[in-house]
Amino acid sequence: MNITKEEVLHVAHLARLEIEESAVEKLAGQIGDILAYVDQLNQVDTTGVRPTSHALALTNAFREDVETQHLPREASLANAPQQDDGSFVVPKVVG
Amino acid sequence: MHSVSVDKGTRNVNLYNLTISEAHRLLKNKEITSTELTRAVLDRIAGVEGRIDAFLTITAEEALAQAAAADRAIAAGQCGPLNGIPVAIKDVICTRGVRTTCGSRILDPFIPPYDATVVAWLKQKGAVIVGKLNMDEFAMGSSTENSGFKVTRNPWDLSRIPGGSSGGSAAAVAAGMCLGALGSDTGGSIRQPASHCGVVGIKPTYGRVSRYGLVAYASSLDQIGPLARRVADAALVLNGIAGHDPADSTSAPLAVPDYTAVLGRSIKGTRIGIPREYAASAGLDPEVLAAVEGAVDTLQSLGAECVDISLPHTQYAVAVYYVIAPCEASSNLARYDGVKYGFRADEGADLIHMYRRTRSQGFGAEVQRRIIIGTYCLSAGYYDAYYGKASQVRTLIVEDFKKAFEVCDVIACPTAPTPAFRIGEKSDDPLTMYLSDIFTISANLAGIPALSIPCGFSAAGLPIGLQLMGRHFGEEAILGVAHQFEGATGFHKKRPEI
Repeated sequence: MNITKEEVLHVAHLARLEIEESAVEKLAGQIGDILAYVDQLNQVDTTGVRPTSHALALTNAFREDVETQHLPREASLANAPQQDDGSFVVPKVVG
Repeated sequence: MHSVSVDKGTRNVNLYNLTISEAHRLLKNKEITSTELTRAVLDRIAGVEGRIDAFLTITAEEALAQAAAADRAIAAGQCGPLNGIPVAIKDVICTRGVRTTCGSRILDPFIPPYDATVVAWLKQKGAVIVGKLNMDEFAMGSSTENSGFKVTRNPWDLSRIPGGSSGGSAAAVAAGMCLGALGSDTGGSIRQPASHCGVVGIKPTYGRVSRYGLVAYASSLDQIGPLARRVADAALVLNGIAGHDPADSTSAPLAVPDYTAVLGRSIKGTRIGIPREYAASAGLDPEVLAAVEGAVDTLQSLGAECVDISLPHTQYAVAVYYVIAPCEASSNLARYDGVKYGFRADEGADLIHMYRRTRSQGFGAEVQRRIIIGTYCLSAGYYDAYYGKASQVRTLIVEDFKKAFEVCDVIACPTAPTPAFRIGEKSDDPLTMYLSDIFTISANLAGIPALSIPCGFSAAGLPIGLQLMGRHFGEEAILGVAHQFEGATGFHKKRPEI
């Protein structure tokens, strides 16, 4: 399985990562090797096999709709790189 | 192991080497105090940490305060099995007010505003937390070399890796830097380092232990579990952390047995399944195979019956894992965006720029690799070919185990294909590194409990681990077999000289 440099850069952008130009080729090679290894799954006949997304047969876990304790605002904000007036601060989003 | 009776003159010399059961007895009988025990452990950490590098944070002050509280409880006549026992926590588990990094620069600094449920429960039971342990970044790795901070060394040979991702946990337990530790296991991250460091490590059934406050890597596979120097100690810690937690909707609403109750019970007639595929695995070291075969002979001499079983789809487990785990990780790690906590890079032109710079500078190479693989496998046009296919093969692996457990009670096989490898040996070749999890991954995919217990040493003196796997919520069966094995062998008595 080959993955091109352009594909790596595209997927990195989707994942909000910035890959240095000098590292792209090596990364594409490593990811290609891993995907080639993964391709052995195509040897397995899975016709009609249900997928497993979870190891145990759990159903939804409901609770009573009552108010419970939550972190106070100050505690939620305490780790933010930048905060102001009870809010997280981010770079300007709209022009 | 050292004498259990404490000589007043030499007590500080080896208190840190006590098992949890021994320490509990001495605390309860007021022969030692938790403060003395905790000081001995902290002194031991101070003495060997420079060579091992197991800890990311040492919480000496908090530990001594907790020890004093434990001593007050004992004076008031309350001494539960974990009261006053010094333990340490893998740095992927949140500790209120104590830095938690997951081995990643992107969470430096992060001070959790709450305790993980397992930490809260250990504290309620009087355990003393001496620090936070090194790990591969976000638990992605098999050697602890992927830590964003430092490489932990194997106490048996400082030129070798301790295993991973819970390498700090295994090395600390092996070197006497705590009496027990918590790790997390997504594809073998408790069992493989336990094997490499000559200690006991258990990955419980998925859902047995709450994941609330465990920083997520691959949510359908992650599970917290104990590492300790004895089976009974691991059972005691598991008693302390197992149980339903409303804060984790995937934790199982089932009663938890006393895991020490089964210890000492005969295993006569227990059926041990030996997967015929494993002995022929490429890359299995002959010394590991010989040690595991010797272990199986021991189990037979204890009255267990060996049954030939087949797990035909487990040969695909690594491939399934390296689709499913990166897919889940790419989603879980989207939350590290430089806004809510941790590191933020110098701002770029806009929000997207800030995200990209923060994540590229904050995450290490292996984490970025897995995020890209996961994002690729989940992207339009590839989802069915990768994630869909892997999820179907996962079903076949689950069914293999179901069939096997119709004819056996416990499955025995190697934990890791080789003893601990050298630092740097595989760090440039991710795929080769992935194959060191070849025997452990299938238990995570199936959600079954599995443990590693010392079963021998290589000619070079490196520990080898035997893996025992059980049915869903069948921890008692594997603990029972492991305890009988431990009692019949002496591998657990040998300690690294450091």
